[in-house]
Amino acid sequence: MKNTALDTKRGRFDPGRFNYILVPLAAGAAALFVGGLVLLALGANPIEAYIGMAQGAFGSPNAIADSLVKAVPLLLVGVGICIAYRGGMINIGGEGQIVMGALATTAVVLAFPFLPGLVLIPLALVAGLVGGGFWGGIAGFLKARFKVNEVLSTVMLNAIAVQFMTFLLNGALMDPSSVDNTIRIPQTLRFPPWADLPRLVPTRLHFGVLLAIFAAVVVYFLLWRTSVGYRIRAVGFNMVASKYAGIPVNRYQILAITLSGALAGMAGAVEVLGVSHRLFTDGSATGFTGSAGFNGIVAALFGGLHPLGVIPASFLFGALLTGANSLQRTVQVPGAFVTTLDGLVVIFVVASQIWAKRRATQRVLAETTPRPATPTAVTPDVTP
Amino acid sequence: MPIETVELRNVSKRFPGVLANDQVNFDVHAGEIHALLGENGAGKSTLMKILYAMYRPTEGEIFINGKLAELRSPADALANGIGMIHQHFQLVPGFTVVENVALGLKSSRGPLTDLDVVTKRVQELATQYGLSVEPNALVWQLAVGQQQRVEIIKALYRDASLLILDEPTAVLTPQEVKEFFDILRRLRDAGNALIFISHKLYEVMAISDRVTVLRDGRVVGRVKTADTNQKELARMMVGRDVITRWDKPPAQQGPVVLKIEHLSAANDKGITAVRDFSLEVRAGEILGIAGVSGNGQRELAEAIAGMRRATAGTIWVDNQNVTNQSPAQVSASGVAFVPEERMTMGVVREFTVAENAILETHAYPPLANRGVFDFGQINDHCTRLVREYDVKTPSLDTPVKSLSGGNIQKLILARELDRAPRLLLAAQPTRGVDIGATEYIHKRLIEQRANGTAVLLISEDLEEVRALSDRIAVMYEGQIVGIVSPDSKMEDLGLMMAGIKGNDANPSTC
Repeated sequence: MKNTALDTKRGRFDPGRFNYILVPLAAGAAALFVGGLVLLALGANPIEAYIGMAQGAFGSPNAIADSLVKAVPLLLVGVGICIAYRGGMINIGGEGQIVMGALATTAVVLAFPFLPGLVLIPLALVAGLVGGGFWGGIAGFLKARFKVNEVLSTVMLNAIAVQFMTFLLNGALMDPSSVDNTIRIPQTLRFPPWADLPRLVPTRLHFGVLLAIFAAVVVYFLLWRTSVGYRIRAVGFNMVASKYAGIPVNRYQILAITLSGALAGMAGAVEVLGVSHRLFTDGSATGFTGSAGFNGIVAALFGGLHPLGVIPASFLFGALLTGANSLQRTVQVPGAFVTTLDGLVVIFVVASQIWAKRRATQRVLAETTPRPATPTAVTPDVTP
Repeated sequence: MPIETVELRNVSKRFPGVLANDQVNFDVHAGEIHALLGENGAGKSTLMKILYAMYRPTEGEIFINGKLAELRSPADALANGIGMIHQHFQLVPGFTVVENVALGLKSSRGPLTDLDVVTKRVQELATQYGLSVEPNALVWQLAVGQQQRVEIIKALYRDASLLILDEPTAVLTPQEVKEFFDILRRLRDAGNALIFISHKLYEVMAISDRVTVLRDGRVVGRVKTADTNQKELARMMVGRDVITRWDKPPAQQGPVVLKIEHLSAANDKGITAVRDFSLEVRAGEILGIAGVSGNGQRELAEAIAGMRRATAGTIWVDNQNVTNQSPAQVSASGVAFVPEERMTMGVVREFTVAENAILETHAYPPLANRGVFDFGQINDHCTRLVREYDVKTPSLDTPVKSLSGGNIQKLILARELDRAPRLLLAAQPTRGVDIGATEYIHKRLIEQRANGTAVLLISEDLEEVRALSDRIAVMYEGQIVGIVSPDSKMEDLGLMMAGIKGNDANPSTC
């Protein structure tokens, strides 16, 4: 009894395992299978459709590059979702935070177009972080100060951000030439070329991919290797014990969702600097973001709410989105089908996590040396 | 047919990977109180749940009056005369006593209720066994002790002649325990069989006729109560000798460390729970706060620790005003707090042993440098704590929620005492903790006293308070009824815990 076999070899904290790789993959396969049934109902050949999708996503260097580019905002948002979730906050406000980040970036680029790229790009990226972080922080503040549920406030902040962007694009930020010609397209001037994120290879693949992966690694480091991350996680698990430990709970809740928003804001910045080179809207809520604020949540869930897990998960989703575009061409299925597939993936991933958790609990009883389950998925109403 | 004997033969219960009961033999007969003694997790409850047919045994048989019985459900058990009084009462608070008794029974008038018939029978039972309770009172208005009587009446009403009592005294004051034991004796003398589950030795000694001791799911001893003593029972229960009485050196009292003046604080519902409370605790003494649960002890501890707002009054630690400071500031003033809410406040259940061991110190060197963890240092620190405080864990990476209560408490104690506090607040430090760990925790508290720490011990376990304290303050409805010597008579303390100021409860030398 006295002799405890104390294992002191490992010199780090358990990073909330994402080693249940098979479970989400199986869930993804199941989603594809049910999606196949839907395709059959639509009168299309599912195998043909999926081959078409695969070709659209991986068929050429350009296709692969597009898939990666699509994955970038998902990864950034998804990593942000991880921070918020670990801090006990559910951030549904990715959309609004992307928009605010993009707006801040745009404002900086348009205000200082004369700066050299080496100064302008970092400055614009930081502006994106600040813009998104500010927007996320509002929800955090409302929760800490007035106990406003952050799910509600972030959703409402989404609507405000989109309207704010539309307002600016129809006024202050509108391309002056468009105003002069009275065409009045709700978009800004194209940014100066030196504000473009550098291309990595001669495709549309830009520097943002590396930035996003780097962000995921930094967040992993932050959450499991620093005292700030420790506090975020402590608050997320148990506010009473955190307060007892002397952690200012409110401040860390606000911090978690602010960081989460900052990463989404960075996604917006990368989109305008790397892809569209201007801010635009088609007037719809998701016209600019392409629903990355929501899809990022799905990617985060798929990645086990672990920043490193989100890397492969978002690349998979990026491929899914890119492949879906080619569906229309190959089998004449509405591109909206990918939304269906998205929804199916959410259902199966969430279900599989609940299943995995239950199984792990049973194994705890069986082994008496329990292993914790995969982090419980937040199950927000994600309707991308 | 009333129960003459009930016998469990070679009963085993296997949960996936755990053998909760291993070839257990147990019997009880009419007219005796048979105590089932064992530590938490020894398999007492499992065994009784098998008898009450809430679990099916993996192996083994149950004989009632010598005949093999197949019990399929609690209803089945009840039909055979077996009733169980659970630790958590199964009563509808908004119903009257009679309605609770009648609940689930067929009325003698078909679709119409027959509450008057039930009332009559309830009154009969109450008179017969001294279970005085107002039949038409609403259950939520009753004191806990009275609710327990309702549970017993419920079982008797259903013709149970074997009563299984699962830790029945846990919720009672000493006075209530005394009355409760009288009831049990009457039930026994009327020819009922009783099984009394407990881990409190002195209660078992006081009430039972025979004792069966379980350890790790096996029967380790069965003795006539008259032929044994607490020491022997404790040894059987734990497997070694246990110290329950400490020889403390006389207190080396230093200056006043904790000074509370006219403190008031509200409970979670906003009702004043601590009112105009004043107290001093000196360095090198253990001041025990005795009282029945819910008399403001929890709120008092939390107010001192900065976890709860003081609505009035002042708290001084080492002449420093810490009233309504943040927990971090209070802690920095040299206050360590072992909270009553061990699993929700004392630890982050999902965190590992190591993560919990650094709950308060994680942000400071040497554990972290500029906010980045030094895992080498953290490992060394945690390994030392775990070794020094004998925390039994498979590894530092084990999630705390899979440790036993005793080991979690030792971990909390390690973390708090390692900071060499000036004041130690220990709230219910051994509640739900097994004897071995209790002994260890007591040893550490006394060690703190010898080191010159001021210790405020809050406990509902009167034995514990008496064994450890230099002075005992009895708390009732948020106030101190009196401060007495630990040698005061149990009865006097009991009266004070009920709010009655003993006119001759010798206030001794305090």
